[in-house]
Amino acid sequence: MDSGGATTKLRRSEASDGLTLIATPAIYAALLLAAPLGLLFIYSFLTDGYLTIIWDFTFQNYIDAWTDPQVRQLMLRSLWVAMSVTAATVLLAFPVAYFVSFHLRPERKSLWLFLITIPFWTSYLIRVFLWKVILDFGGVLNSFLMGIGLTSEPLTWFMNSPAAVVITLAHAYAPFAILPIFVALEKIDRSLLEAGQDLGESALTTFWRVTLPLAMPGVVAAVLIVFIPTIGDYVTPQLVGGSEGRMVANLIYLQYMRLDNYPAGSALAVSAMLMVTAISLLFIWMNRRFLRATR
Amino acid sequence: MKGARIFKAYALAYLLFLYAPILLLPLFAFNDGAIIAFPLKGFTTKWFDAMFGNATLALAVRNSLTIAVSSAVLATCLGIFTARAMTRYRFPGKAPIIGLITLPMVLPEIIVAVSLIAVLLGLGVTLSIWTVILGHVLICTPYTVAILNSAFASLDRSLEEAAIDLGESRISTFRLITLPLVAPGIISSLLITFTISLDEFIIAYFLAGSAQTLPTYIFSQFRFPAQVPVIMALGTVLVVLSIVLLSIAEYFRRRGLAKSGGKDTGGFI
Repeated sequence: MDSGGATTKLRRSEASDGLTLIATPAIYAALLLAAPLGLLFIYSFLTDGYLTIIWDFTFQNYIDAWTDPQVRQLMLRSLWVAMSVTAATVLLAFPVAYFVSFHLRPERKSLWLFLITIPFWTSYLIRVFLWKVILDFGGVLNSFLMGIGLTSEPLTWFMNSPAAVVITLAHAYAPFAILPIFVALEKIDRSLLEAGQDLGESALTTFWRVTLPLAMPGVVAAVLIVFIPTIGDYVTPQLVGGSEGRMVANLIYLQYMRLDNYPAGSALAVSAMLMVTAISLLFIWMNRRFLRATR
Repeated sequence: MKGARIFKAYALAYLLFLYAPILLLPLFAFNDGAIIAFPLKGFTTKWFDAMFGNATLALAVRNSLTIAVSSAVLATCLGIFTARAMTRYRFPGKAPIIGLITLPMVLPEIIVAVSLIAVLLGLGVTLSIWTVILGHVLICTPYTVAILNSAFASLDRSLEEAAIDLGESRISTFRLITLPLVAPGIISSLLITFTISLDEFIIAYFLAGSAQTLPTYIFSQFRFPAQVPVIMALGTVLVVLSIVLLSIAEYFRRRGLAKSGGKDTGGFI
């Protein structure tokens, strides 16, 4: 009885110590993250009076955002580009993560991961601009293709287009995809793979039934960590996307900083966030079904 | 093994894809031609001279350094509080509080930027480099939490208990035992957040007002083709600088792991 009382007391003091410790970052996040997001949500239902905001509750911003054919096209394009980027990044990254985890000696792994992360930490803007240099009309890729005689005319489909946006973003987010998949692959008990093959499974079915399901948490993390920020990317569509490659962030910028229409901008931002959340949840649900099916 | 060779060839090709833009950078930075295209025209260092003589750029660099140092220090302090509370204590509301603090990691940065600008302008705050710092601390904190969480988690709790048993107060225990053991994590967190802040564009673009940071300056120069070679020179300097910083961060991260006897899972993220 006595010791029970002491434990509760200890636990209570532990709880208050923990709360005291986390109070500063928590208050910071509440004031500068939770409150602003709440305000963004409220703004999206208000009416724009030029340079002021009229506290007049309305759904008009959402109706405008979802019925205007140009806005809808831009929203769908943002979604489609973000999905293509995610698919390209994760599919291209998986074999690299697999190679580093399964084919390299332990002491070489850190070096490879370090090499993979370095380009990611160099100026994002300059990297995007260099992709423009590579993909442009008289750019590096076209000079190369013409130089080796593969084509006589400069190819144009990959410049100033959604394709250029996909290539550039797949490059920018590569480490975000490789690292979580690598961590998941590292955790796999290698004896399970041997067991699979001892029991007569081929290398391919072992991969499908053992390695891939066990690596799925990493793949899911990679998909979410690439998909969510890409849909809100501003620089890449602006620099390499051309007029056909604009995405939702460019429109939000336009509404906020050029037209001073905060309610319309907020409705776009909230819509984009809702789409991202819905698709992420759908993806997590599909992954659960896949894991149940292979079990 | 044939399969192994295919994997290795693929991984090397992938590395080439990752490094392609960075390898081009010095070529154009030292190229004696105003147009960024092949064929190259000859060697020059005039773009570097132009870069060092540029007063607007110098101001942007100073702004960026102020922002990056302040954000790194503030975010790392918040990260220490969070990581310590996460690894050491149980308390009500733990999961949602930590979820809120680390939310910016999974939020598009443009959302953070627009929601902050709506509040700041609503409150009548004048936009300056200080408002950029507010935003950068917010997006840097999740990274410091991730780095410091593993530093605090690998800490052997009995060392702290021993110090308290030997008569140290809790504060002196934290200073004498805990802090030195997590110091490599703190240094690597400072370096990483410094790099993130220095490179961050969209929040600075929204929240800096009339002030310019290095990325917003670079972005504004892309409109003027004549300025681009100077930006290539600047990029070369930045790449060299960030490789040096990252190597130092990696060195401290590994030393931290060696000190606490942890297993190397590689990478910062």
